[in-house]
This record gives sequence, C-alpha cells and structure tokens, in this order.
Amino acid sequence: MPKRTALHDEHVRLGGRMVDFGGWDLPVQYTGIIDEHLACRGAAGLFDVSHMGEFLVEGADAEAFLDYAVTNQVSKTVPGQAQYTAMCNRAGGIVDDLVLYRRGKDRFLVVVNAANIDKDFSHLDGLLQAERSRFPGVKLENQSTAYSQIAIQGPKAELILQKLTSTKLSEIKTYRFAEGSVCGSIPALLARTGYTGEDGFEVYCPWSDGPTVWRALLDAGTPSGLKPCGLGARDTLRLEMKYPLYGHELTDETNPIEAGLGWVTKLDKGDFVGKEKIEALKMAGIRRKLVGLELTERGIPRQGYRVMSLDGHTELGVLTSGTQSPSLKKAIGIAYVSNGHAEAETEVAVEIRGTLVRAKIIPTPFLKKKS
Amino acid sequence: MRFPKEFKYTEDHEWAKIEGNRVTVGVTDHAQSALGDVVFLELPKVGRQLRRGETFGVVESVKAVSDLFSPVDGKVIEVHSALVDDPSTINRSPHGDGWLIAIEVSGPEACAHLIDASAYEKLIASL
Repeated sequence: MPKRTALHDEHVRLGGRMVDFGGWDLPVQYTGIIDEHLACRGAAGLFDVSHMGEFLVEGADAEAFLDYAVTNQVSKTVPGQAQYTAMCNRAGGIVDDLVLYRRGKDRFLVVVNAANIDKDFSHLDGLLQAERSRFPGVKLENQSTAYSQIAIQGPKAELILQKLTSTKLSEIKTYRFAEGSVCGSIPALLARTGYTGEDGFEVYCPWSDGPTVWRALLDAGTPSGLKPCGLGARDTLRLEMKYPLYGHELTDETNPIEAGLGWVTKLDKGDFVGKEKIEALKMAGIRRKLVGLELTERGIPRQGYRVMSLDGHTELGVLTSGTQSPSLKKAIGIAYVSNGHAEAETEVAVEIRGTLVRAKIIPTPFLKKKS
Repeated sequence: MRFPKEFKYTEDHEWAKIEGNRVTVGVTDHAQSALGDVVFLELPKVGRQLRRGETFGVVESVKAVSDLFSPVDGKVIEVHSALVDDPSTINRSPHGDGWLIAIEVSGPEACAHLIDASAYEKLIASL
C-alpha cells in the first residue's frame, strides 16, 4: 500500500488522478498536464511535495560534516540561506541531489528526493558512524513525516502567499528563506526555492497542518488563476528548464561533472566524499555530457531512447528525459551525448521504435526566461 | 465517462463502429482520459493488412506512450490523416472526430469477438 501525504484527501476531492510514485500515492494530474503547466507559467501552480524527505542535521560539527558529505561549499552559507548541492559516493557517483536550508549557525534542514530517503539517511548515517571522531557533535535525524511541503510557483506566487502571512515575502531573495507563520499561527519555513523555473516559494509546515495551508492557498489563489498541479506538470516544468531529476539524469553511476553539476561541486574546498574520483575524472576529461536536444522531425523523445549519428551507424548517447514541451510546443529531451557530438547545433538522430528521427543539440534551458 | 451503445469494444480500449464490412476504429473515452493530453499520433498507411491484436499505430500523451491495437483482421481502407496535425481531437471527441482508421473485414464473423457497451462498461468498473 503506497504511503499518503497529509493532503491525500484534498487531491481526491479535487479529482486528482492518483498514481504510485516512488511508493507514494500522489496525483499525476487534476485537469490535465498541459493546462496545469500553463497555469503555473502564466499565473501560479500549487504542488504537494510532502513526499520529499527532510533530515535535521545539527550540532557544533554540523557544518563541517555537511561540507564533508556534499559537493557544494556549505560553509559559505549564512543562516536564512538555502543551497542546492549534490551528494556523492566514494566512486564519485551521485547518491542524490538535495537542497539544504541553513536555519542557524549549527542547524540545517536537508531536503532530499522521496525515493532516496532511506538510501540517503543510511548513507549519511554511515558517514557519521565511520567518521565519528572527526564530527563528534552532530545529530542526524530523519524528520520526513514531520513536515508537509507545499510549493507555490509562478508569477502570482508571491502575491497569493502574501495573503496568508505577515512575513514580508518581497524581502526574501532567491534561495533565501524566512521562518514565520501562515494562516494565523501555523509555524512555517517560507523559502524562495522551487523546481519549475518560475519565481515562487516552498512552504514547510507541520505535517498535520498541510491541509489547512493547502486549502487557504487554493482559496486565496484561485481568483488569480492558481491551479493545483500534479506530478506530470512538475516534470514538464522542470524539463523545460533542464533541471535534472534523480533516476533520470542523475544516478549512483553518473558523476556531477558529466551531469552538469560542476557549478555545485567545489573541488577547491576541503576533503569531501567522492572528491578524489571527481578530480581524477575532471583531469582525465569526461567522456560524455548532459545536453538538451529538440526533434526537428515528428516524434517525442523519451527516457531510454538512443541518440545516434545521422546515418544511424554510431551510437552517441541516450535520452534521460523527454516530452512534448507545453510552453514551446516542441519535442524536447535531455540526453547524455559523447564528447565531440555534444556541441549546440550538432545534428543527431533519435531512435524511436526502430526509426531514426532527426534532432539537434540546442542550448539550455529550453525555455528562456523573459526578464 | 461515455460508453456509446452503437459501438463494439475491445479489452484494449478501442471501439469499433461496424457498418457492413467497414469497421471504423478509435480509442475509447476511458482510454483518452487515462492517457491525458494526447500530443502525438502515428497511424498506418492505407492498404496495410492487420491481424486482430496487431499494433497499427502509436498514441502519445505528454506523459506516456501507448500502442494502438487492431480490433479485427482486415485491410486498412481509410486513415484519418488530418488527426496527426491535431491529435488533441482524441481528447475532445474520442468517439467522433477522433476516429483513427477504417478497416475492411471479410464479413460479420470477423467482429464476433468484440464486446458490447455494457460489457465494456463493466470491464472498466472492475479495473
């Protein structure tokens, strides 16, 4: 029996089509993926992301421990700041990508992918056990069922969320957050983060308060065009931005350099798990690169399809994600493509059900933001 | 959910409209709803011989890829090619303007295995 978020009944009441997603019963859509996608780009979208995992990492050595566990430089963050990072194994493979929220000098909330909660916790706990003498003052706790997480994303997100809180949202910059309250007295972490490419917020509140916050946001936002969005729209929205998704672009076997996460991999900081291997990979030069492509003939690229040379003789790579982009009305995909064929404007083919369909490597994000 | 009485159905969620030896084929209202927004369609060429259960095309929604299965043995005599340019018609009118192909069968016995609307409705209710 799949797990349920606190918002399960809300989804059913709204006509959400429930599917099993990594062991969670969640809506893939309510009215339709395209409709929800465009609502988020044009006004606002409301997402239940309570299935994501939250770990507490605190104590005098919390910062040092996280700097050892993840690829980005945690010591550069200040309280009230969020940071996107990868977490690698000793072979340099990606255990997960995650966002950490620095709530104080010695206190972090680490937010991980739902399907990786158990794996990530064991990984971190294992590191802590092995290196206890280096990081004696660290408490690690899985608090995933303590939080409901609701994302409100889109150009109207701030306007709508502001109706529910006295925290001045305009003062929260991108990848910053504030601790305040919503709907009167519900404590909430209000973060200007997200996974859609739109401005917006992720609201963390106590698990059981999720439905109250969800309903209040729906009521406050519906007149502005806000719509509840399912996992389907979440996927197409992130895909248009070429944001990686664990299990697609990122796996235990992919490294952060080829995955395009070099910008969050700080090889000039101190020792961290996987650093040696990643350094070696970088020195040797990576063999393949994560790129965006667009089909120039009819078809839709999907995960697992092969990227071929135009003549079909040489396999150049493999698709990790693909869809028909609702905003661009084009068939787009993300693929690992071998070096030498990964430059923008390179013409390639995608093998779809045995047929070669022409495609072109293009610069990403696919969707260019109007400023 | 609509289950028009004048059509026959398959367990693969296609409908068949039988007029003499001509069988028009489409996907059911249930199928289009389960698929979600249809954004791509691949249809066969006129003249192709199909076996019952054989894949004759592909329908793709934003999220998923689905094969289309021939409900009967026969020859493709008409293809709704215009649909390829606006496949979302399948969502709007699965049992009408969203028809896919017409197949010529040898006789009524070619359709004997198809189930009627109430049997198909029961099948959906049991899913």
